[in-house]
Amino acid sequence: MELLTPALGLFFWTLVVFLIIIFMLKKLAWKPILKAIKDREDSIEEALKSAEKARSEMSQLQSGIAEAKKEAAAERDRIMKEATEMKNNILDQAKKDAQNEARRIVDDARDAILKEKAAAMADIQSQVASLSLEIAEKVLAKKFENKGEQEALVQEYLKTVSL
Amino acid sequence: MRHVKSGIRGFWRVKNFAFLLAFMTFTWSFANPADHETGHDSVQHEDIIPHDEVGHDTHGEAGHGEEEGFTTATMSKTILHHISDAHEWHFFSIGETHYSLPLPVIVYSEQYGLDIFMSSSFDHHTHMYKTYKEEHGHIVLLDESGEPLLVEQNVEEDGVVVGTEMVPAPVMDLSITKNVASMLVSFIIILLLFTSVAKAYKARPGQAPRGLQSFMEPLILFVRDEIAKPNMGHHYLRFTPYLLSLFFFIWVNNLLGLLPGAANVTGNIAFTMVLALLSLIITNVNGNKSYWGHILWPPGIPLPVKVILIPVEIISIFTKPFALMIRLFANMTAGHIIIMSILGLIFLFSENGTNLGAGFGVSFASVPFAIFLYTLELLVAAIQAFIFTMLTALFIGQAMPEDHH
Repeated sequence: MELLTPALGLFFWTLVVFLIIIFMLKKLAWKPILKAIKDREDSIEEALKSAEKARSEMSQLQSGIAEAKKEAAAERDRIMKEATEMKNNILDQAKKDAQNEARRIVDDARDAILKEKAAAMADIQSQVASLSLEIAEKVLAKKFENKGEQEALVQEYLKTVSL
Repeated sequence: MRHVKSGIRGFWRVKNFAFLLAFMTFTWSFANPADHETGHDSVQHEDIIPHDEVGHDTHGEAGHGEEEGFTTATMSKTILHHISDAHEWHFFSIGETHYSLPLPVIVYSEQYGLDIFMSSSFDHHTHMYKTYKEEHGHIVLLDESGEPLLVEQNVEEDGVVVGTEMVPAPVMDLSITKNVASMLVSFIIILLLFTSVAKAYKARPGQAPRGLQSFMEPLILFVRDEIAKPNMGHHYLRFTPYLLSLFFFIWVNNLLGLLPGAANVTGNIAFTMVLALLSLIITNVNGNKSYWGHILWPPGIPLPVKVILIPVEIISIFTKPFALMIRLFANMTAGHIIIMSILGLIFLFSENGTNLGAGFGVSFASVPFAIFLYTLELLVAAIQAFIFTMLTALFIGQAMPEDHH
């Protein structure tokens, strides 16, 4: 049949055209195109890989940061605790010292008062004695000529007087 | 930036359009509106008597049936003419004016040597030019009196010459026919297309594809990753360029064949034969030891079976590319025939214009169905290119079996 008989002309030209296409396209198109696609695929793969790497590094860094934060927080807590303790100690100590000091001051004051009191008493006694003597002298001047006897009598009386 | 881009794209569109216009102008400058005389039936046209007033209407479908009517016989003739090769590229006819592109005729014969002339040189009525006559797409040699030139040929019977007979003189026809011209157009399209895509890759290395490049890239990747890679193992990159050329050559020619008035290149057996032949050669040139071993001495098979199997294997070397050749040819030709037949029904039913109602009625079924088939053919164009490439890759891959591991 006519349709099934290959024509020589078309066979020849097809062969020529197709062979030229094969060689021209291989050189002008497929080689650069396939190479460009391959290069791009490689670079994309590379970029993805490095992104993945960066991400893992990042997460590592982040976990490091979290750890450091935790440590810092613990350190802070510890320092705070210590400080509180120290503060309390200092306060306690100060209180105690203050109390001691107060007590001491009070004691000293008491001693001084007692001493002053004793001195004052002694002074009063002597003054009272001399006053009484003067009074008695004046009172008894008329009564007692003998001074010695009078004084011994006053002393005797003073002894019986309790303050 | 967007404005610049759209500007560039717009420029491209204008440039492409200009290219198209230029091509059309080129085409029409060669086009030869030839007036033909009316009123000659297509049956007489086979007559070889030169100066008889024989009509020339093999070229125009419209020319058919003007007198005799459009019958199934003329329809099949029209269809066959449509799918066959021709020495000129007929686009359409308006009335009796045929618009066609004359193409160079290149013939060589022992008697007259090499001759090159345009197909428009053939007389419109007699189809003759000097000592050549164009008869249904073939060139026939004539003698001085305009009769077909006959030569003596020995008649052999069982290798013994028993006598001689007169046969038409052999002629080598290397004309740029309609199919060859269409193929050259596809050659230019493919070359422009892919060199520009390659340029785009060079211009913007490592960046995302854009425009035409982004349309072609998935196709190129498809051939590389879905056709070459699964079938050819780690040698696939060696054959990818060939497979890409094959795929796009078939596909572009398939699509060009679907244009109205275009040639049926991929539905021509000579075309598919070349491609199948190259598949055959590449497969067997690359066949390794194991491939030939399985054909010539299949391992692990009892001797009596070997006797049967070896010839079968040897035949299969040729049947595989033969199937490739027939498959593409038959698919493309069948598509053309079906669409033409469906549309031809309109003219058959209208009974040469006497029953316009019937023709009109049938067109309501025919036209949508033809459109459906046409879109189907667009799909088939891609599928057949894919199948041909796929099977070629498969055969080459099978010829290198170890490479699969």
